[in-house]
Amino acid sequence: MSDAAPGAGARLPETLRDHRKAAEAVARGLKSRYRAETRFRLYGLGAVALGMVFLLILFVTIIGKGWSVFRQSYVQLEVFYDPELLDTDGTGSPESLAQADYSALVKAALRKLFPDVEERPNRRQLYGMVSSAAGFELQKRLADDPAKLGTTESLWLLASDELDLYYKGRIDRTEDEVSRPLSDRQLDWADYLREAGAAELRFNRVFFTSGDSREPELAGVWGAVAGSFFTLLVTLVLSFPIGVAAAIYLEEFAKRNRWTDLIEVNINNLAAVPSIVFGLLGLAVFINFFGLPRSAPLVGGLVLTLMTLPTIIIASRAALKAVPPSIREAALGMGASQIQMVAHHVLPLAMPGMLTGTIIGMARALGESAPLLMIGMVAFIVDVPKSFLDPATVLPVQVFIWADVPERAFVERTSGAIIVLLAFLIMMNGLAVFLRNRFERRW
Amino acid sequence: MPATTLVLVLLILSVIAYRFGRTRSLAVVGGRRGQRDLHSLPSYYGLLTALWCGLPALLVVGLWTAAQESVITRLVLAEMPQAVQTLPEDQVSLILNDVRNVVAGNMQLSQVSADAQRAATAYLRLEHTSRMALAVVALATAMLGGIFVWRRIAPQLRARNSVEKIFEWLLLGCSTIAIFTTIGILLSVLFESIQFFRDVPVWDFIFGLEWSPQTAIRADQVGSSGAFGAVPLFAGTLLISAIAMAVAVPIGLFSAIYLAEYAHRNFRATAKPLLEILAGIPTVVYGFFAALTVGPLLREFGESIGLDVASESALAAGLVMGVMIIPFVSSLSDDMITAVPQSLRDGSYALGGTRSETIRRVVLPAALPGIVGGVLLAISRAIGETMIVVMAAGLSANLTANPLAAVTTVTVQIVTLLVGDQEFDSSKTLAAFALGLVLFLVTLGLNIIALHVVRKYREQYE
Repeated sequence: MSDAAPGAGARLPETLRDHRKAAEAVARGLKSRYRAETRFRLYGLGAVALGMVFLLILFVTIIGKGWSVFRQSYVQLEVFYDPELLDTDGTGSPESLAQADYSALVKAALRKLFPDVEERPNRRQLYGMVSSAAGFELQKRLADDPAKLGTTESLWLLASDELDLYYKGRIDRTEDEVSRPLSDRQLDWADYLREAGAAELRFNRVFFTSGDSREPELAGVWGAVAGSFFTLLVTLVLSFPIGVAAAIYLEEFAKRNRWTDLIEVNINNLAAVPSIVFGLLGLAVFINFFGLPRSAPLVGGLVLTLMTLPTIIIASRAALKAVPPSIREAALGMGASQIQMVAHHVLPLAMPGMLTGTIIGMARALGESAPLLMIGMVAFIVDVPKSFLDPATVLPVQVFIWADVPERAFVERTSGAIIVLLAFLIMMNGLAVFLRNRFERRW
Repeated sequence: MPATTLVLVLLILSVIAYRFGRTRSLAVVGGRRGQRDLHSLPSYYGLLTALWCGLPALLVVGLWTAAQESVITRLVLAEMPQAVQTLPEDQVSLILNDVRNVVAGNMQLSQVSADAQRAATAYLRLEHTSRMALAVVALATAMLGGIFVWRRIAPQLRARNSVEKIFEWLLLGCSTIAIFTTIGILLSVLFESIQFFRDVPVWDFIFGLEWSPQTAIRADQVGSSGAFGAVPLFAGTLLISAIAMAVAVPIGLFSAIYLAEYAHRNFRATAKPLLEILAGIPTVVYGFFAALTVGPLLREFGESIGLDVASESALAAGLVMGVMIIPFVSSLSDDMITAVPQSLRDGSYALGGTRSETIRRVVLPAALPGIVGGVLLAISRAIGETMIVVMAAGLSANLTANPLAAVTTVTVQIVTLLVGDQEFDSSKTLAAFALGLVLFLVTLGLNIIALHVVRKYREQYE
């Protein structure tokens, strides 16, 4: 600036020219710079949009494949409880009834419905229209009421998985007959049944009340839900108190020294260690060293506890940090001891934040499957687990197991299980958000 | 009595001890009136009695139950006839396996050999004795502990201080679990890995080019050699992680920039949580999506333009994994970008820079260390990700850089080697632990560097 003072006046026109030149250069560049600005902004917007699109595609695909699992096809048949087939020794005793072949009744009913089906391969195709579980259903009905022997009853029976797929529009008639699970003849029968009103879609109770099965129409998520419940219960009971206690120690009591530094580094690292490594730990320590049973929710819960602890500790420490020091000083000033100060004043104020963190940690644990594969929770388990030591599987692992089965009907089941899993996750995260909005205080 | 009942009884005893301690503290000062003569509130005397009653006894139960099985097994072995004891080790372990099955109720006594029958009976007898002894010892400990404090209750007893000291130690104990977990991980993978490296030299494992972990049952079987060269696995892991990062870093970074610098507050408030849903979806869902939708889609697309795409291509797994990691990169970068002080931006605007120029030339360079740290964390996640690759990447250990071919990864092999395999001493299962060791060390290294960088960066602007 001092150059522009009087005395340097002789140079002024030249610098002015330079300035003008520079201004023109800037003006010339402005257009492309603004274009670059817009472009950059669009890149950013595009990236956000792309993320959303991925999310949308994911949800649409899963829900599109899985929504139909809520309904299941049933076929109406006139079943004759034929004494000749069931009561072979003529006594009508419960023992002889229990040993009879009930699927023969279903077959007879089907033959009666389509009397013109003659050859054996055709008949076998016909029998394949109804689920193999229909026989058990009949057996149960007769055992409940033995007086039915010799009578005819009109019953809605579970359709086979292929027929179910057809009624849900997942098998295309125009598809090549060889590559489709139902033959042309079976499709004709299926259409006939539907037009006669003897086939309909109902709410799929089986899917929500039973365990795993090799037959798609009999496979359900309830076993996996129960397994998840037991596993998460162990995780919650262990990780919440331990996590909160660790956070309290580190935040309120620990002096800053090497020891606490070591603990902190460890916690931060464990939060980023791949989950499968925790599975290896569980396999080597809990199963091989302590001899706990494989596939048990107890072991799964222990492994998930170790995995979620860092999350809970970090969240709890943040919640404790958010409590203003004035609260602590006031309590100490009134003569409270340090433990009293924490237990009576700081902890209640930090609790909503801790609960939020715990729920988020639990949601992560619910979706976790890799470490559970390591400790054997991946077995085919039909029975619904009833305790912490029963062999069990969990929802995400059930998804994994079903995703591997080649039968087409399991695609729908897998997506259905994913929908159930996502519903639980959305509920848990919703609860966390609610807790945060409702109880968290800003100071 | 079973351990759970015992624990329950101990808890009830502690509650009773609490009542006794509290009552006695009031009694020694002559009722409620004399409460002011006590050093602590009466409830602290009760708590102290309860803690002394319950804690040592619970500790005894815990240690006893942990040691019980191995001690009893040893005693049973010592009781066996000489002929059994001199048997080779694997035969003895077979007998012990039968014994365990009988004890657990999986097998009937009549189903096993005579030796095992005798051992099982001995085991059951010893277990019974052990349980009884434990109950007696635990209850005695509880009584003694409770009575010890109860007798010492006096107005001068500093009950509150003692109780608080105990609680502080308990809190400290809880916080050390993180350290024990790390040690546990290290030891468990290290022990099995050392056993593995006894069979397979370390160099052959780290630099070997062929991976076929079949160990033969008979010597003349085809492919009985069992090659444990892990390079194809490392290459596959790197290939899939690279594809994932190629998707996640640009999208994540650009959305972080947009959300932090351009977006309106309301837009940000809805878009950010929506993006983070992607991180909350279980990985098994991504795996299903990759295997059932993306894989076949890529294959069809490849066919239509004349490319041969494997149905379990690295590309499908990598792309989907990238989508999963987007929110990870974006939220970390977002934190780093918002941590850059406003004064830097103001300086740039004052010099005439546009927004994008400011971001590219000022904000990003300033936030770069933090972003790099975040990306390193994301890479560590990609390397350790399991379900997506298990479901969507193949099992064939190909050494290739072609993203359209099928490759396998470290995590996939760990899962395939360990799932459904009960034997624990074959090199096949031990190899999984060696891979686990590599995985743990690599991710640990990445995490330490990344966390260090991120912390350094945060301190710089605070």
